[in-house]
Amino acid sequence: MGTMKIKTTINGKKVEAEVEPRKLLVHFLREDLNLTGTHVGCDTSNCGACTVLVNGKAVKSCTMLAVQANGKEIVTIEGLSKNDELGPLQKAFLEKHGLQCGYCTSGMILTSFWLLKKNRNPSEEEIRKGLSGNLCRCTGYQSIVESVKYGAELMKEKEEEREVAVR
Amino acid sequence: MHPSSFEYFAPTKMEEALDLLSKYKGDAKIMAGGQSLIPLLKLRIASFPYVIDISGLNGMRGISEEGEYLEIGALATISDIEENEMVRERYTILHEAAVQIADPLIRNRGTIGGNLSHGDPSNDMPSVAIALKAKMEVIGKEGVRLIEGDSFITDSFTNSMNEGEILRRVLVPAARGSTGGCYIKQKKSAGDFSVAAVAVQLSLNENESIRSAGIGLTSVAPKPLRAIRAERFLEGKKISDSVVKEAAKIVVSESDPSTDFYGTSEFKKKVLERITEEAINVSFERALVG
Repeated sequence: MGTMKIKTTINGKKVEAEVEPRKLLVHFLREDLNLTGTHVGCDTSNCGACTVLVNGKAVKSCTMLAVQANGKEIVTIEGLSKNDELGPLQKAFLEKHGLQCGYCTSGMILTSFWLLKKNRNPSEEEIRKGLSGNLCRCTGYQSIVESVKYGAELMKEKEEEREVAVR
Repeated sequence: MHPSSFEYFAPTKMEEALDLLSKYKGDAKIMAGGQSLIPLLKLRIASFPYVIDISGLNGMRGISEEGEYLEIGALATISDIEENEMVRERYTILHEAAVQIADPLIRNRGTIGGNLSHGDPSNDMPSVAIALKAKMEVIGKEGVRLIEGDSFITDSFTNSMNEGEILRRVLVPAARGSTGGCYIKQKKSAGDFSVAAVAVQLSLNENESIRSAGIGLTSVAPKPLRAIRAERFLEGKKISDSVVKEAAKIVVSESDPSTDFYGTSEFKKKVLERITEEAINVSFERALVG
């Protein structure tokens, strides 16, 4: 069986590629594009280490085919920082120790990013429920929740800065 | 893990999808959100030479009340249902079931049509459809037909659609008057399938007796079940502790849970009895105010 041509946008860049239909999005990102910030954890749709944004929504890239990315916009953890400057959520995770081994972190951050875009002031319960598809085996989640709360503040500051700059 | 090879199609029109389905017949598999299918393909529990991805079909994602029905496009994601304000306020049972399916990331891709037609006896939407007395609108080359919610899933992983048909919409009778429902899902851990789950939808007469009852059961038989004897028992009665207890006992007698990883058959029956009592009481309270 052959390959198929896909056109997609990844972290703001247009990408054209030939992929086998059975190739999973996570393998396309990691192996074909060398975007290794997206991790393969359980590979059975449980852990969320492979989370990316597809058209703005957080999804598990191990449970999506690369051909399904055709015509879509994908954002990976590499897309959240600009010119080597970390994004607000990345900074928050760093400062609040939202990680230990770091394996789940890119998925945690992308899911949190999606949550905060939907809801700028989530309660602790909303954060915990929102992150229920992302597993962490190190932190006990406490510091992750703190990081998301802090990240929400940093994101708001960033938006305010932008608004001021526009004026 | 990699699925075995297949040829992939992403039609944008229903006609194309039906053409492909009739061309490849049993060798083709319809994929909507893929949240059940892709794991099966990866584990090689299933493989198909042709996968027809219908997620790009236009106009199949809407959720709206049209006349006597709440119409839900088969490609509405579980998140779409979860976030819909009208569903949350007036079809609480659907909202409650949606927020308990897997996790938010899966719900962002998984669809109601997929959840309904996949036929896993642990999927939640089939028993909700039973309780709501919903109809499945399926389309094939011969035209469109309606299948009642309680006869849509015929056995484990088997539905009553013909080979060339696709589920297009779900039609839920519009909520009128004093109606209320509830979905209770007993899980071992967050995001898991249920030990047992129950869907109850009640509508009341003016004197607060039960005009009609819908009861659907998840995970307690090889397929989603309609607890029809318990429904008939409740209809015409006023709610009291003894009526609720008796109805829950009837529900248990209609179930047929197997002993597995989630517990023994006996344990599941005890869980089912408790959550059924609670679900009837909560539904009744909601119907009084709704």
